[in-house]
Amino acid sequence: MAESLVYLPQSGDWICCSCGDPLEPRDASVTYLEGGFTIQVLTCPRCNMALLPEYVAMGKMLEVEQLLEDK
Amino acid sequence: MNQQELRDIEYRCIEEEQPTCQAACPISVDVRAFMGKMAAGDVAGARKILDRTMPLPGVLGRICDHPCELACIRQNAGGALAVGDLERSCVMASPSGGKPMLMPSKGKTVAALGGDMSSLTLAWDLAKKGFAVTLYVAGDKPGGKLNDISPDVLPPEALAEGIDMLGRMGVAIKTGQTVDAALLDTLAAACDAVYVECAGRDLCGLSRADVDAVTLQGPKPNIFCGGWPQPDGSRSIISLVAEGRRAAMTIDRLTAGASLTTSREKEGVTKTRIFTSLKDVPAVPRTEPADHLAGFAPDAAKAEAARCLQCDCMECVKVCEFLKHYKGYPKLYARQIYNNLSIVLGNHYLNRMIDSCTLCGLCTEVCPEDFSMAQLCLDSRRDMVTRGKMPPSAHEFALEDMAFSNGPDFALMRDEPGKDSCTHLFFPGCQLGGEPDSRIPEAYAFLRRKLAGGVALSLGCCGAPALWAGRQALFEEVVAAFKTQWEARGKPRLITACASCLAVFRQAAPDIPAVSLWQVMNEETGLPEAAGCVPAAPVAVHDSCTSRHDAQTQAAVRAILKKRGVPFEELPLSGRYTECCGFGGLVGNAHPELAKAITTRRAAASDRDFLATCAMCRDRLAHVGKRAYHLLDLLFPGKDGADAAARPDPGFSMRHETRARLRRELLATVWNEQVDAKAPAGPDFVVSPEVRAVMEARHILDDDVKRTLAHAEGTGRKFLDRETGHFLASFTPHRVTYWVEYVMEGGTARVFTAYSHRMTVVGVGK
Repeated sequence: MAESLVYLPQSGDWICCSCGDPLEPRDASVTYLEGGFTIQVLTCPRCNMALLPEYVAMGKMLEVEQLLEDK
Repeated sequence: MNQQELRDIEYRCIEEEQPTCQAACPISVDVRAFMGKMAAGDVAGARKILDRTMPLPGVLGRICDHPCELACIRQNAGGALAVGDLERSCVMASPSGGKPMLMPSKGKTVAALGGDMSSLTLAWDLAKKGFAVTLYVAGDKPGGKLNDISPDVLPPEALAEGIDMLGRMGVAIKTGQTVDAALLDTLAAACDAVYVECAGRDLCGLSRADVDAVTLQGPKPNIFCGGWPQPDGSRSIISLVAEGRRAAMTIDRLTAGASLTTSREKEGVTKTRIFTSLKDVPAVPRTEPADHLAGFAPDAAKAEAARCLQCDCMECVKVCEFLKHYKGYPKLYARQIYNNLSIVLGNHYLNRMIDSCTLCGLCTEVCPEDFSMAQLCLDSRRDMVTRGKMPPSAHEFALEDMAFSNGPDFALMRDEPGKDSCTHLFFPGCQLGGEPDSRIPEAYAFLRRKLAGGVALSLGCCGAPALWAGRQALFEEVVAAFKTQWEARGKPRLITACASCLAVFRQAAPDIPAVSLWQVMNEETGLPEAAGCVPAAPVAVHDSCTSRHDAQTQAAVRAILKKRGVPFEELPLSGRYTECCGFGGLVGNAHPELAKAITTRRAAASDRDFLATCAMCRDRLAHVGKRAYHLLDLLFPGKDGADAAARPDPGFSMRHETRARLRRELLATVWNEQVDAKAPAGPDFVVSPEVRAVMEARHILDDDVKRTLAHAEGTGRKFLDRETGHFLASFTPHRVTYWVEYVMEGGTARVFTAYSHRMTVVGVGK
């Protein structure tokens, strides 16, 4: 299986507020309409809350959203 | 849309119709393309275009009698193009092309009796198609009367070169023949087909009456005739060519076993529906070469060819940013949209295009054939919705806005206080209701004072967003719900302050009598005594595209301006031909950049401040920095006396808040009912103008931010950047996930950015 793309924040030293833990890159599954794939994003190892950076949401992810909407 | 419907729709667009010159040419020479090359000084390229359709181009190009010139549209703007002289100049200045491409031999033999232009053409065409052709000529050389033409016009070498080329193409030429009925009988028995060139002689006992006009088939199935003089006895070279070509086509069909008659109406001189406007085309006089025999000098040829209008229609594309944006024209778009709707697997590349038409209908007004891009796009949207193929993001935001306006925060339907039923119902519309200084309360008070029979009030949305989004069921639901309430009020006359609402009700609920506020003020109530702002200079009247066919309302607007003493000017496109502000059809949702280009184009139509009669038009124009008044600004004083034309587009969040406030204000002041403002969705926040603009562009409302903040602060589920101290939190209230980066300053958040996505990411939002 191809390795999932890694999308980390472009700056900052991020922790999870509820758990107080530093974040780790982890696989997160992304789904929309009838499409889906996996990416790596910073995730709280304890509560699994994932951080999706702005450049991903407004960039690649928006592009893929529109592609899937046109399927 | 099925294939037949597609063809019916396509047929209406005449962009691909032949230009009049080409249609008038018996062999359909692409004169327009030829002129394009000549104007560019590309003589070799121009020659290639002639070579594509002309037999013996070195001959025909010199002597064609150019009936195309009589059809040239330019004749009313300086004179027809000198097509004949330009063709002659071209073939004189360019080397003859190489040998035409020949198809493999068909193993069929054709004899042609006669060696004049029609026989030469037939031989040329059939040799290219792989026939073995033999010319039988009476004299000592082929060419017939071509040999009698002055050598200054047709040098013998040019004719010889053409005939030599025929030889290289495999055409055999037998000279010194006795061309008579006996030879015809012999050849008809021996060959697959025989062509008789009846150039003024009647060697074989054949007359025109013996011949079918379409196929040129003669008394026997494999005998064909042509090459007669014109009915008046004159000789038309291009007609001879056309007959040789027509006979060749029949012979090709005959030997292939195909129908000799089907679809032949496209051969020869044809009819064309092309329309080319001469509006704004300056007259430029026709030029001719000083010496017709020598032809044009190169620069003179370029200049004359440059007078060619390159005829096409494009009337709609000229006036529509949307049609221009996709670089085609309606006929092409219809085909592409049909394909887009038909594909089962793969990408629907045109969804966004279909969703980007403003549905304004200007194309139909300017189209000589009434093509309606709006109908095509709207039908396509409905089709996409029905089949579940409409992209969810295309219109959702607008539909949620509609739901807000028809929900508890804004919707209201009340009789005038103290009345059980009313004769009139004021419907200001949701967009005007979202204007912070809309003057709706003043207008409503004015109508109550002036109109007898009571004036009820209805706040809400007419359903236009659902209509435009192709959500027909939802649209009908909204209209039906309104109608029920209207009936319960005793079926009052509807008075709208928005052209779109008026158009929607008139179309979807024709039994509701509806009229514009402007018409009522002009014809019934008179104008309010207390005037609003007074523009310092004349204003340019911007008619809403939804009022395109409402001449009464348009006239009322102008009459009101006159009565108020406000000087005004007409925009180049106004009234029936008005342009959309960029809001129509929800293009701003599907294609914000294109919507902005549409608005910018409209705003550039005049340097004057605009005068709009629709709140959305005004806000769109304001959004691109255009100063614009709403007509109500001129009729009632504003709240703060500010420069009404300079007020900014309130934006989506402000509109929501304003609508809710307007409802509370009207309930309190008119019906004496106090309604508490809804509890805020979350903590207050501050934001820079730059981030505010980003939120607006991303369709992120203040409430979305507040709900995300409330969720993060309530649950503690948020990230912290230890470098900056910023929090980052996400929340998914419904289908869209919102992210907010912020710090808390006391009870207020300072927001640094907000963004959203529709994809579901595990561990995000919720």
